[in-house]
Amino acid sequence: MIEVRDIHKSFGDAHILKGVTTTFEKGKTNLIIGQSGSGKTVFLKCLLGLFIPEEGGIAYDGKLYTDLTNDEKRDLRQEMGMVFQGSALFDSMTVEGNVMFPLEMFTKQSKSEMKDRVDAVLKRVNLIDAHHKFPSEISGGMQKRVAIARAIVMNPKYLFCDEPNSGLDPKTAILIDDLIKEITEEYNITTVINTHDMNSVMQIGEKIIFLKDGLLEWEGTKNEIFKTDNEAVTNFVYSSDLFKKVRQMYIQEQN
Amino acid sequence: MNYLASVGSYAIMIREVFKKPTKWRIMKSLIFKEIDELIFSSLGIIIFISFFIGAVVAIQTALNLTNPLIPRNLIGFATRQSVILEFAPTFVSIIMAGKVGSYITSSIGTMRVTEQIDALEVMGVNSLNYLVFPKIIAMLFYPFAIAISMYVGIFGGWMAGVFGGFLTSEDFITGLQTDFVPFHIAYAFVKTLIFAFVIATIPSFHGFYMRGGALEVGKASTTAFVWTSVVIIILNYILTQLLLG
Repeated sequence: MIEVRDIHKSFGDAHILKGVTTTFEKGKTNLIIGQSGSGKTVFLKCLLGLFIPEEGGIAYDGKLYTDLTNDEKRDLRQEMGMVFQGSALFDSMTVEGNVMFPLEMFTKQSKSEMKDRVDAVLKRVNLIDAHHKFPSEISGGMQKRVAIARAIVMNPKYLFCDEPNSGLDPKTAILIDDLIKEITEEYNITTVINTHDMNSVMQIGEKIIFLKDGLLEWEGTKNEIFKTDNEAVTNFVYSSDLFKKVRQMYIQEQN
Repeated sequence: MNYLASVGSYAIMIREVFKKPTKWRIMKSLIFKEIDELIFSSLGIIIFISFFIGAVVAIQTALNLTNPLIPRNLIGFATRQSVILEFAPTFVSIIMAGKVGSYITSSIGTMRVTEQIDALEVMGVNSLNYLVFPKIIAMLFYPFAIAISMYVGIFGGWMAGVFGGFLTSEDFITGLQTDFVPFHIAYAFVKTLIFAFVIATIPSFHGFYMRGGALEVGKASTTAFVWTSVVIIILNYILTQLLLG
């Protein structure tokens, strides 16, 4: 579980996060949504420990990040997996090399043990014949799956995804969403996803937080988002005619 | 003020490079890879340029020796001095600042643009140590490349001098051995080692701290080359004054 306690983050005169408090529960897919410039990326980078908030704090399973020693922080980092928007695969390494990288860096496993683990996670993300291919030789969807495999290879407690569906076709995007949700439940990890994709919100949003101008404007589940009266949320989520109709149908069905 | 801030950031970067080392098993393979990329892949151009510059130095000297009282073996002497003292350590380093420096800046800059450096940081890897330290160690082998440059440059001078009919082989070798000061070799290699550090770190700095996209990677490579060359030229003056002055 990750508890975020009234965090503030500024860059020069720009006050990006103005006091966000929320909780991300274990075994659930937690989504951060909001318009561009709302502070989503800064918030995610604070959760990752890449930015340190000036005020407030973030506790990982009860341990406040700022109270940790450097060694404890390093250990915590190894319990985090991250899927970047552009996958961020090491382009000079093969798929196998990318997934094996965290194991080589942080474990004392033998080569065969590492290979077995890599095979297992690549199988888990449905990538079987891509071991020796380079990232440039595989599709965007496959790259995302490699990134997920790399993120889970160390059995993380926390999985962070930044726009995991960006640049993917709708069918592949759904596959990636489903994969992240399945992995979250299977590994019982705390997953936090930064997204713009409303399909993801409707499909896997077990907890959704909506950021606006650096503040937590709204939080709830995917079912609650249909009923909310919050104008900022409805304007953002139901900005397209299609989603407006879906919402009307949902409300009529409920009534 | 910006320049001062950059110098400060560069110093902080150097400190971070030597902190929290990467596992030796991985570092070893990175170092070998960098030796191949930075040193071995540069030998061809170093040999090519050195040969022809040595030859041109010999021809230029020969053509300017119009006074019959000046012995022809001066051609060998001048070639040796030019190649060992300046051409091999300094001018080859400026060429390397272009070849190796732009490779370093663009490879690290591309990793920055594609979030690969962020991925390293998130995993808890000291990205500066992982990316820059192997390049610094690999560049410790740079003096070997310069030794080859010295040899080939002098050989080029000998070829041009002898086969161009400017002097005999014996005269050239006599010139090479005339007033030889072993400290000049030490001076050249001290310069080379310092330039090697500059070539490894300044382009890394420009690549690591760049912002933007593909266009900015190109701009960062150009800026890195300019600054690496400027620093090499200034250090060359300072070191010459300190060691030979």
